[in-house]
Amino acid sequence: MPNPPLKEVVYTPDSLLLRPRDLCRSMMTDLLSSRGLAWRLLMRNITAQYRQSMLGYLWAFLPPLFTMLVWVFLNNQKVINIEDPGMPYPVFVLTGTILWQTFVDAINSPLKIVNESKGLLTKVNFPREALILAGLGEVLFNFVIRAVLLIGLFFWFNLAVPVTLPLALPGVLALIALGLMFGVLLTPLGVLYSDVGRGIMIFTQIWFFLTPVIYPMPKTGIAAILAQFNPVTPVLITIRDWLILGASSQIIGFWLVTVGAIIFLLLGWLLYRLSMPHLIARMSA
Amino acid sequence: MNEDTLVKVENVSKKFCRTLKRSLLYCVQDVFGEITRRGQGQTPLRPGEFWAINDVSFELKRGECLGLIGPNGAGKSTILKLLNGLIKPDRGSITVSGRVGALIELGAGFNPILTGRENIYINGSVLGFSKREIDERIDEIINFAEISNFIDTPVQNYSSGMKVRLGFAVASQMNPDLLVIDEVLAVGDVGFRAKCYNRIAELMKHSAVILVTHSIPHVDRYCNRVLLMDKGQGVEDTFRDGKDKGEVIQAYYNLFSKEVGTVTVKEGNSLLGFKVLNPDGHETAQIVHGEELRVHIKAEVDPAFHSAVAHLAFHNRELQVVATCSSQVVSCDEGSLELSVNIAPFNLNPADYKISLIVFDEKKQHHLIWGNAMWDIKVAGELVNYGGAAICFNGSWSQQDHDAEGASNVSV
Repeated sequence: MPNPPLKEVVYTPDSLLLRPRDLCRSMMTDLLSSRGLAWRLLMRNITAQYRQSMLGYLWAFLPPLFTMLVWVFLNNQKVINIEDPGMPYPVFVLTGTILWQTFVDAINSPLKIVNESKGLLTKVNFPREALILAGLGEVLFNFVIRAVLLIGLFFWFNLAVPVTLPLALPGVLALIALGLMFGVLLTPLGVLYSDVGRGIMIFTQIWFFLTPVIYPMPKTGIAAILAQFNPVTPVLITIRDWLILGASSQIIGFWLVTVGAIIFLLLGWLLYRLSMPHLIARMSA
Repeated sequence: MNEDTLVKVENVSKKFCRTLKRSLLYCVQDVFGEITRRGQGQTPLRPGEFWAINDVSFELKRGECLGLIGPNGAGKSTILKLLNGLIKPDRGSITVSGRVGALIELGAGFNPILTGRENIYINGSVLGFSKREIDERIDEIINFAEISNFIDTPVQNYSSGMKVRLGFAVASQMNPDLLVIDEVLAVGDVGFRAKCYNRIAELMKHSAVILVTHSIPHVDRYCNRVLLMDKGQGVEDTFRDGKDKGEVIQAYYNLFSKEVGTVTVKEGNSLLGFKVLNPDGHETAQIVHGEELRVHIKAEVDPAFHSAVAHLAFHNRELQVVATCSSQVVSCDEGSLELSVNIAPFNLNPADYKISLIVFDEKKQHHLIWGNAMWDIKVAGELVNYGGAAICFNGSWSQQDHDAEGASNVSV
């Protein structure tokens, strides 16, 4: 019986971009074939994370819950003076912090999972997309758990559910895509230099205060200008509006940022693939 | 490419950088070169760089087993990474047909908190198995690893040997066209190692194999081709140079032959002379198998010990002792000791050996003189040396006459 012809792979020093069609095809096949492994890695990370813990999933609730309580307390005591956001302030802060945390998780996820998987990357040839997908899965998982908190608060304040509520889910996906885009683009450099990881940590903290997360969109001053050019602003505000108010004031910005994020996310994927063999050569075995 | 040729490595080079800072910077440059489609192939060495692999070529067909040997840092593992597609060559090209199975890291992706069973699925997925394929094989894997009692225990409670068993059991389920093995098998207990080698021998029947190891007996036993690497270059190759396996292995040992012997003595003792002589009475480094070998020892011994025993040890190239020769108890009240011994016939098989000398006191409680690897001796001769054995028994064989024995056929 004649055997089917064997799949032949050629490794040369040439840039993979010289054969764009082959590159695109292998990116697609790897993405598809990495689903099983990504799921397995996701399950591994989540189970391992919570199995050695008594409070378990409660840990996912606690940070946004406490952040909310702190800001509500500060606001009640008039330590800070925040304009009326047009909805109960606790709901406003909690949605804001949950969305912001999801965005930051998405930024950190690719670099974190690649750094954790160095041992695997230097030893086994597996579709590298699996790492990014597994990280993405964890971001989504954490968001879903926190969203439960939000549902609780909806009942607490007896809020009416707007018709736009189902739109919030694709909105969150757009927000994650935006975060993932930054994360993936920074990953190659971040694997080489630890400065990138530290930089992300500090920068996202500053960014938090410059984004209308715990306060509504500022109307005047430098804060207003900064918020205007901040890509997170329209996405975050739109999702929050869809969740609670119904109509959104920033819909154009939302679409611009989303389309841009998807384009740059694809470019980041390309960069990730092109740089991987070079990064592995620099990782310790 | 020939239909049966599964691997073709053509003039492959790979450069590495000695300092970390530069290495990282060059990496940024290389990625940039990749984006601007220049590639990094034609660029010369940048400051601080060296060729970790320099112009290595070989081909491998199905059914062949290539032993990759060489000192530490020769570039053997880098070759495996290139073949596995983990890193890119800087010059040359590598063509690989079919599936590559790597026994490089056992238990890749294991999480210590999860159970053995869960980790089988993780490790299997990393190696490219689907869930269904693992479902089909899981009983076989657990049986092979012989850890069914612990399969639902977290892997962090496993002994290191058990982890390796589990990792090997999963990895050996692969059915690759090219099998790449990197020394992982030097672990586990004797029983499991034997099992591993049988499994590998089975996998070898259907694939081309590249085995990286420092164990020359393994190379001797499993490989039909040997490539010796040193400082990134393939220096000797059974294939290209038309040499036989023994010659390449010899070249490997020659890389280390500059090691000279060391003498350690207890206070009050000293070794004055150690000579190995041929039948003509001349100092020699070579002798023909079956001839007479003489060793002459002259030493000063602490008279307080009154008597001593001299002991010769013959080491093979792996530094294992393969033969010994002890003297009777001799008096040394005078403080001087001069002994010779005739060994005839000297029937170590043709190969290179080292001779060590130990002088004990009578009760063998003290090492008075310990001369390690004092003399190199090469045994010449025409004997067939299967598996690198040190001694060939001089048995007397007889053939049975079938007609005389009638119908007593012996089946083996």
